Amino acid sequence: MTASPVLELRDLHKVFPLRGTFGRVRGEVRAVDGVSLSIPKGQVYGLAGESGSGKSTIARMIMGLTRPTGGDILLDGVSILGRQASLAHRRKVQMVFQNPGASLNPRRTVGQSIRVPLDAHGFPGNRQRRVAALLEMVQLPRHFAERYPHELSGGQKQRVAIARALAVEPRLLVLDEPTSALDVSVQARIIELLEDLGGELGLTYLFISHDLSLMRNFAQTVGVLYRGRIVETGAVAQVFGAPQHDYTRLLLASVPVISAEEEAMRPAIPLINGEIPTAEDLLALRQQARSKERQA
Amino acid sequence: MSVLLSVEGLSVSFTTYGRRSQVLHDVSLAVPEGAQIALVGESGSGKSVTMKTIMGILPVPPAKVEGGRILFAGRDLLTMPERDRLRLRGTAMSMVFQDPMSSLNPVFTIQDQLGTILKYADRRLGRDRDRRGRRVRILEVLAQVRMRDPERVARSFPIMLSGGMRQRILIAMALLSEPRLLIADEPGTALDVTTQAQILKLLKDLVTENGLALLMITHNLGVVRQTCGYTYVMNRGRIVEHGATQAIFEAPAEDYTRNLIAAVPRLTGRNG
Ligand SMILES: Nc1ncnc2c1ncn2[C@@H]1O[C@H](COP(=O)(O)OP(=O)(O)O)[C@@H](O)[C@H]1O
Ligand SMILES: Nc1ncnc2c1ncn2[C@@H]1O[C@H](COP(=O)(O)OP(=O)(O)O)[C@@H](O)[C@H]1O
Ligand SMILES: [Mg+2]
Ligand SMILES: [Mg+2]
Repeated sequence: MTASPVLELRDLHKVFPLRGTFGRVRGEVRAVDGVSLSIPKGQVYGLAGESGSGKSTIARMIMGLTRPTGGDILLDGVSILGRQASLAHRRKVQMVFQNPGASLNPRRTVGQSIRVPLDAHGFPGNRQRRVAALLEMVQLPRHFAERYPHELSGGQKQRVAIARALAVEPRLLVLDEPTSALDVSVQARIIELLEDLGGELGLTYLFISHDLSLMRNFAQTVGVLYRGRIVETGAVAQVFGAPQHDYTRLLLASVPVISAEEEAMRPAIPLINGEIPTAEDLLALRQQARSKERQA
Repeated sequence: MSVLLSVEGLSVSFTTYGRRSQVLHDVSLAVPEGAQIALVGESGSGKSVTMKTIMGILPVPPAKVEGGRILFAGRDLLTMPERDRLRLRGTAMSMVFQDPMSSLNPVFTIQDQLGTILKYADRRLGRDRDRRGRRVRILEVLAQVRMRDPERVARSFPIMLSGGMRQRILIAMALLSEPRLLIADEPGTALDVTTQAQILKLLKDLVTENGLALLMITHNLGVVRQTCGYTYVMNRGRIVEHGATQAIFEAPAEDYTRNLIAAVPRLTGRNG
């Protein structure tokens, strides 16, 4: 028998009512519109997409922070819907956010921040020793437990956020743009840390990012999200090497790269009136081409 | 090509709570007429302080220019009379700011805001232009930044425009005074990658079409390679290396630059 994937999304939907003035419902936003994916244990799944494509809404549903309006979410083969998100569910999934400054309480020491989930989940054993071990895991000195967030650099804060997420030994980490606020040299070390921890602890990652170059290096599988739908998915080398969907091609063509090899790999996008087309332009063009084909 | 902007041995310090710290150390760089030059560095390296000193918008105090010269078309901006300097700022040299929302006033339409800037520019340059003349110029500049419907955009409030369109408005503002030098601080950084690509292409097309010089300030090496032929690398307030962009990217001379380039993830995957 093959093991269940750590995370499975089945035809996930989230529709938000669109409210006008005076709170009257004026329509709806299909923020997530039928997303299915599954991540086997130990793998990194990259969810790529531009702002508003639905990435954070998917993350929030997996975390149990907002309920889907359709579809199912399974952790280790068991649906987390039905009942309200249980403590056991929340222990299995932890999240690391984009802005390490905002996700840490400025009035708590690093040690106190890391203790919050330990206390909430009734961690058995010596919690102070656990905090020290977690700091060591993220390669920060023990005495950082006494420090406050404002005394830390951006990279150090993100290490603390990772330590806090690991405190209750989750199975799955949802990483929502974890390095997009950091300098590239700091980013490189955080990604290295996440890779090491993933290997050591057998963690599974859902990695949300708009940085395709980073995704190419960190994820094994990628899903390209456009307006709440995954328009293309597959092994990252495959999708990036031979993108099939217009939107994926446009995204790849837009990445600012630093070498001729990368440049050669970017698909050529036809200019419209001398301008780089928008995704909407491209999709409209394709629609036109299709209907012409049908007529011919 | 003659040099349009030349920064020579610029040193700047900040004094806060009685403690003085030097943030620029002997910075020198040159922007030839019509050239596209990048100043690249990680956050806190001193890019924005350099830009603000050039534009004359450094807060003094707490900042202090400790030494150096900034020559624009041969004249030292740091010693010229304030009146002459004001005339140059926002006319011969213009800024494109990073954050469209904080540079636009939410309660005025785009044409009102562009009109105000144009009025100032005209006054500084002693140009005579009436309301109708201004309107013509505003529609013209909106078309110049490739707005598809200039009339509609002119009547819009900032909130009605997308992030990419707002960034185009900021570029239009910078173009209104017909400058010879554009200084862009992290343009498009807050935008999606497809929109950023459009903005970078627009900037590049505009400077080549109009023969403008561009000083591009950014932390993104990919942006540098896409837009500028010559690059200055900055670290901790010092220029550590400069040269043709391609040469620097292919064979960096300094360890700092080498490590910076090595840290950038590649679209081709690990080690190319
Ligand atoms: N609480 C909410 N109420 C209404 N609309 C929302 C809400 N949260 C997100 N949306 C909408 O859902 C879409 C997806 O948003 P989001 O998941 O935040 O995208 P991303 O993280 O990819 O930028 C957007 O159109 C956004 O405006
Ligand atoms: N108003 C200020 N007061 C004190 N220090 C400042 C001020 N502005 C900038 N600095 C310092 O100058 C250095 C360079 O900053 P900046 O030019 O903004 O960096 P960059 O734009 O390269 O990210 C930093 O160490 C920063 O802390
Ligand atoms: Mg988001
Ligand atoms: Mg800056």
